[in-house]
Amino acid sequence: MTSETTNSPMRRALPSMSVLGPVLALIVLVVIGASLNANFLGTANITNVLARSAFIGIIAVGMTFVITAGGLDLSVGSMAAFIAGLMILVMNAALPSLGVGVPIILLGMAVALLAGLVAGLLNGFLITTLGIEAFIVTLGSMGIYRSLVTWLADGGTLSLDFELRTFYRPVYFDGILGISWPIIVFAIVVIVGELLMSRAKFGRHCAAIGSNESVAHYSNVDVNRTRLLTYAMLGLLVGVATIMYVPRLGSASASTGLLWELEAIAAVIIGGTVLKGGFGRVWGTVIGVLILSLIDNILNLTDLVSPYLNGAIQGVIIILAVILQREAKAKG
Amino acid sequence: MTDAPVLSLRDVRKSFGPVEVLHGVDLDLRAGEVLALIGENGAGKSTTMKILAGYQPATSGRILLDGEEVSFGSLHEGEEAGIVMIHQEFNLAEQLTVEQNIFLGRELHNGWFLDKARMRRLAREYLDRVNCTVHPDTRVSQLSNSDKQMVEIAKALSRDARVLIMDEPTAVLTGSETETLFEQVRAMKADGTAILFTSHKLGEVAAIADHVTVLRDGAVVHDGRAADIDEDGMATAMVGRDVSDLYPDKAGAPDDVVLRVTGLDVPGHAEGVGFELRRGEILGIAGLIGSGRTEAMEGLCGLRPARAERIEIDGAKIDIRRPSDALEHGLCYMTEDRKLRGLLLDKSMRVNLTLQSLDQFGGLMIDRAAEERALDRAIEEFDIRAGRREMRVGNLSGGNQQKLLLAKVMMSDPSILIADEPTRGIDIGTKQQIYAFLRTLAASGRAVVMISSEMQEVIGLADRVLVMRLGRVSGTLSGDEITEDAIVRLAMGVGAGDSERAA
Ligand SMILES: Nc1ncnc2c1ncn2[C@@H]1O[C@H](COP(=O)(O)OP(=O)(O)OP(=O)(O)O)[C@@H](O)[C@H]1O
Ligand SMILES: [Mg+2]
Repeated sequence: MTSETTNSPMRRALPSMSVLGPVLALIVLVVIGASLNANFLGTANITNVLARSAFIGIIAVGMTFVITAGGLDLSVGSMAAFIAGLMILVMNAALPSLGVGVPIILLGMAVALLAGLVAGLLNGFLITTLGIEAFIVTLGSMGIYRSLVTWLADGGTLSLDFELRTFYRPVYFDGILGISWPIIVFAIVVIVGELLMSRAKFGRHCAAIGSNESVAHYSNVDVNRTRLLTYAMLGLLVGVATIMYVPRLGSASASTGLLWELEAIAAVIIGGTVLKGGFGRVWGTVIGVLILSLIDNILNLTDLVSPYLNGAIQGVIIILAVILQREAKAKG
Repeated sequence: MTDAPVLSLRDVRKSFGPVEVLHGVDLDLRAGEVLALIGENGAGKSTTMKILAGYQPATSGRILLDGEEVSFGSLHEGEEAGIVMIHQEFNLAEQLTVEQNIFLGRELHNGWFLDKARMRRLAREYLDRVNCTVHPDTRVSQLSNSDKQMVEIAKALSRDARVLIMDEPTAVLTGSETETLFEQVRAMKADGTAILFTSHKLGEVAAIADHVTVLRDGAVVHDGRAADIDEDGMATAMVGRDVSDLYPDKAGAPDDVVLRVTGLDVPGHAEGVGFELRRGEILGIAGLIGSGRTEAMEGLCGLRPARAERIEIDGAKIDIRRPSDALEHGLCYMTEDRKLRGLLLDKSMRVNLTLQSLDQFGGLMIDRAAEERALDRAIEEFDIRAGRREMRVGNLSGGNQQKLLLAKVMMSDPSILIADEPTRGIDIGTKQQIYAFLRTLAASGRAVVMISSEMQEVIGLADRVLVMRLGRVSGTLSGDEITEDAIVRLAMGVGAGDSERAA
């Protein structure tokens, strides 16, 4: 009776377009880049691209979970700016008592992580416990953080004390074995994120909630807690990204982290995560982030197309990615 | 009346990927005739109907309309030809009103503007014809399932169909609603409409069909006049074995009380519900749709806000605030709504099977291999038939979805199972399997509560029956007291009208 269902469980079909698409796009970009500029594949350029991708990338990994669970967070860019501003203020204020050294850096990091966690929990609380649309809540908090950082900087720029900055710089520019810290941290976040998404209960629960909230509820999944955790995790990762970002410029202003939220969401979608939730993949997000930074990088290295057209090209890619997703769904 | 067929299939085959599900089906619909297409879950009834109505293309074979070959390039051409289909799943725009849904896609115009007055008048008229009292301005999302079905039927009436195809229209209807529907069917039949319908309730088939076609595993195994085949004959043709012995023997004297509930309130739905459940028994809960049976049990299991004076399991008082509390005490609720609350339709069988009991499959990380083994066992034990193992659960036939849902609930090994409409939309052979399963479960020292709107199944399976009316327990019956008459009297309230279908 069950003969028709005894197909081998391990049978694999050819990877679909939604899997191949982003990978192919990335390969095409690398080939184009390499053929246009000899330095493209040089260590310096690759390190540069990866390190710059790390900020958005770390945030986008968190965003993948939020979107997979059927949510959205528009506030991450201004949250990063606010955390950066706060971190700089606290470190500058603690400088007279702590002096330049490891303790003050650790203090700054703790502030960033804590602020990120609290900001994420706050978004999550408003969305889950009070049941307000994620779009509305995070649109609101986006405005709030952006305005707070502008106010903290009094309309200008908050700068880290010069000596402190010199001491802190290695966190962005140094690393181990020639791999800089942001890349290492990015890699760790990606590996943990991928495991969490594809192998752990948490990822399964996120996908279940995004796919159908009531089914998840009736299946003993704590919907509110899981959702809250996705926002908290995203907030924490924004804190991590900020820790890497502050030593790069040593300052924060009203324009710090501008449009990061859109880049992060774009990377998630290009990577094949479904915008309305229910399915997400972290490795796809990484590819999405790399595609976005490579376009930027290639335009800067070559003068074929004006770098001002960067946004337009990224826009086309995002729309293409969604079309690919739909094709895959129609066939699947 | 039975002259040349209006719509026919000739040697129609249909494959999904590598799996062929229809193997050369022939079918004839005639004007003024009701054809019942029956068969087991997954036999291909819905697929055949969708091909007839132009929702899905056949892989090969011919569709004949008035004897001429047609190919419906799209749904629209099917509707142009006067073919209207009511789906197994609702096909209504939830956020639109009843009236907007009835006229969706063919709104009436008055010059450049919508002719609201005429649409209102007609909507009212169609709803009246199916005895549906909902207001045309109600949003569909607020309707009960049976009202949604009536709106679907009203919508079909508005299309003036030459051919009306209905896929399990009565699965969510009560007995009297079904009768209303059948009156309309008879009226349309008299007007010369060709009607095709399917149902797993063979009594209905015998009552309304003129002609019966039986599908088994994608092939026609019987085709003949309804008068020439009785219910047992239909069941045997569908399943391929004798299923006249539908219900297992009832249990002997039940044991000690395993669950005692007193004063259960579910705001807005149920009040002061109390009952006892004994080890080894199946307790049926009967009542009209909207009598608060589902809500009371969901409240008991922590799935919706509720308060109880006292809940005891095995004599110990317990508190249930959230679903996990209930599961911890071995109390598990199986929802009546497999599509909206039971299964993730976009996911695979494996993900669905283990979702409720992921804790058994490793700590932080999930043990995939163990999940696959669990799926192997579930497929075997519950006889789940799927074309491909990885397919979307939404593409399983309705009955196989139901079996998967039961398998999923059983993964948490409940000592008390509350099954809400466990056989809705299920074929008679599978029903027999599920009844036997529930009986074995009870006999193995557990206890089962079964909410059911199907009178025969309550009478045939339950050891005791609790009847609910307007959110309260109106009586309990046991042994020989369990008769249709007694249940109906308690469900309606003696002397009360039946104006309580508000959900
Ligand atoms: N889109 C699809 N992709 C793959 N397989 C499908 C798809 N739709 C249906 N099937 C398969 O085709 C077979 C017939 O399904 P169908 O829905 O027609 O059965 P049915 O007779 O209507 O059953 P039920 O009584 O349970 O509604 C089933 O094995 C089902 O799994
Ligand atoms: Mg069907």
